[in-house]
Amino acid sequence: MTQSGQAGLKVLIADDTNTDRLILESIVKKEGHRVVSARDGEEAVAAFQRERPDVVLLDALMPKLDGFGAARQIKALAGEALVPIIFLTSLTDTESLVECLDAGGDDFLSKPYNRFILQAKIKAFNRMREMHATMLAQRDQIARHNDHLMQEQAVAKQVFDNIAHTGCLDASNVKHYLSPLAVFNGDVLVAAIRPAGSMIVLLGDFTGHGLPAAIGAMPLASTFYGMAQKGFTLTDILREINQKLKAILPVGVFCCATIVDINFRKQRLKVWNGGLPDCFLLRCDSGEVEAIRSTHLPLGVLANKDFKDDCKHFELNPGDRLYMWSDGIHEARNSAGEMFGEDRLKATFADNRDPEQLFEQILGRVQGFIGDGERDDDLSLIEVKVELPQGFESRERDACAGEGQGLVEWSLDFEVKQASFRFFDPLPVLLNILVEVPGLRQHSGTLYTILSELYSNALEHGVLGLDSKLKSTPQGFSEYYQLRAKCLEQSGRGFVRFHFSHATADDGGSLTIRVTDSGPGFDHVAKIGGDQPLKGYSGRGIPLIRTLCRSLQYLGNGNQVEVVFCWDNDSWGAPP
Amino acid sequence: MAAQNPVDSETLATLKEVMEGDFQLLIDTFTSDADQRLTDLRELLARRDAGQLRACAHSFKGSCSNIGAPQLAQLCARVEDKAAAGELDVEPLLDAIEREYGAVREALAGL
Repeated sequence: MTQSGQAGLKVLIADDTNTDRLILESIVKKEGHRVVSARDGEEAVAAFQRERPDVVLLDALMPKLDGFGAARQIKALAGEALVPIIFLTSLTDTESLVECLDAGGDDFLSKPYNRFILQAKIKAFNRMREMHATMLAQRDQIARHNDHLMQEQAVAKQVFDNIAHTGCLDASNVKHYLSPLAVFNGDVLVAAIRPAGSMIVLLGDFTGHGLPAAIGAMPLASTFYGMAQKGFTLTDILREINQKLKAILPVGVFCCATIVDINFRKQRLKVWNGGLPDCFLLRCDSGEVEAIRSTHLPLGVLANKDFKDDCKHFELNPGDRLYMWSDGIHEARNSAGEMFGEDRLKATFADNRDPEQLFEQILGRVQGFIGDGERDDDLSLIEVKVELPQGFESRERDACAGEGQGLVEWSLDFEVKQASFRFFDPLPVLLNILVEVPGLRQHSGTLYTILSELYSNALEHGVLGLDSKLKSTPQGFSEYYQLRAKCLEQSGRGFVRFHFSHATADDGGSLTIRVTDSGPGFDHVAKIGGDQPLKGYSGRGIPLIRTLCRSLQYLGNGNQVEVVFCWDNDSWGAPP
Repeated sequence: MAAQNPVDSETLATLKEVMEGDFQLLIDTFTSDADQRLTDLRELLARRDAGQLRACAHSFKGSCSNIGAPQLAQLCARVEDKAAAGELDVEPLLDAIEREYGAVREALAGL
């Protein structure tokens, strides 16, 4: 298609009368356009095919093929492009004029030709033609962009699912719902079991919509899972995510979030809510609901030095249920534009007779409320029941199935010195390395327990010389910890040294952990009788470690202990 | 009728401006077209072909109006209308057209 402007247009003139054609050609050329001429309808169609003119001037009555027939064929050949056809006619009856338009004509020019009117018409139609061409190009561009977007979303969704849903959302005590739209509106839901056995759940809602909102979920989820499985605490994870989001998100984009740590063994709940609606804690025995209000700014707003990570603590009872949601539930609208709101949510809780059904009832009521209204449902809802989770290990196993990958042949010495005792917890760092060993990731809980017992023994009894007998009475217990804190403040040349070595077997391996402390040691032969089963040597967790390891041995003067942990990749006993 | 100028000087002035060097070519083209049209009109009337007669008169009318011969165009229009109505008593009209055309050609030649 030719460009307009200085270059002029290509104009097809079809008229069987030489006089008229000659006049038209002159008028058109005088305006700087190029002319293609035809003497009848058939010639006109052929010339159109050959020359692809921008504007067509057609005499209505011509031999062979008249203007009406030629117009129909030309319009068909032009396809989607707008090729303005102006009929040249001295016909004046309504019927003929209507026929011109029906055949695809866009306008008329009556004889005698008026030079100025014709020029004005060509100009006007060229504007329309250009507008149409722009519209088509933009339409195609939009279609291409849309295709592209859909493709990107599909890929993004896949990546997102791989990152965000590797956790324990499928555990037996968890029910969750995340509508497809919610994912691309920036809602994110992640859950993991920490090596220590507690469950951490984070529900986040990024500001904004679409991919820009969803994109922040990636670093959030990978940070969350990476840290949770290495034994980092809720506050560590929270701070890391906040810092990461603060660094990467543009100003004005942030993440309202609730993060909870549910310790099933101790039956305690830790909650941090930054900007999400109140979450509800439904008490099993009384049926009462405690609302847990947001008391913090969302993630990604404050620099870490200003960030507050203080949590609310709750005692739990078996069967209690925690409900978290994004504002999609509160703001769900019915066809009248009314919002679902907190009152309806509370009423749903009040009406409920069977907590086992509550999750479905909430979802059902919200969806029923939206009805056939706008289908922009953007719902995220999760229920966690206080009950030991089952059935979440499967994915963890997949994650470390790659054989021969990772850390295979290695040993590690790691020494923590006095100045670090107070502030530094070596366990996440060590666990971080251990989970890189093929097959060991699934045992991270056990390893965490072993390491934490060995480390606290070495530190408290070895380096600090605290007496575990103190812990046998409640007063002694608190005295013990006061003493411990005091000792830690003192400077000195104490250390706790870890040595790890590792041997692989066909379908498993063994990990030797030797912990040496700077303390004077103790008479282990007398107190625990070498490698013999031990009774009543309080506070050192030795019996527990013995059940977890193949062997435990005190060496030298008792300031050194060595355990051997063995595993078998084929056996799938749930880690304790 | 004879009192009126057979050609419209204003139209012709415009054409002269538009056609520039091709103005004489236009006049020649018109006269040769018109000669052919006159012959065709007579023949079609003899064949009593009302449809073709109408079409021919219509086309001739168009170029007459374009060249600035309004009376001639009007005569053609009357033939066109009659042929459209199936009335073929147009012999006198064709005579009139021939006379008027003679005047037009003379006027054009005098330019």
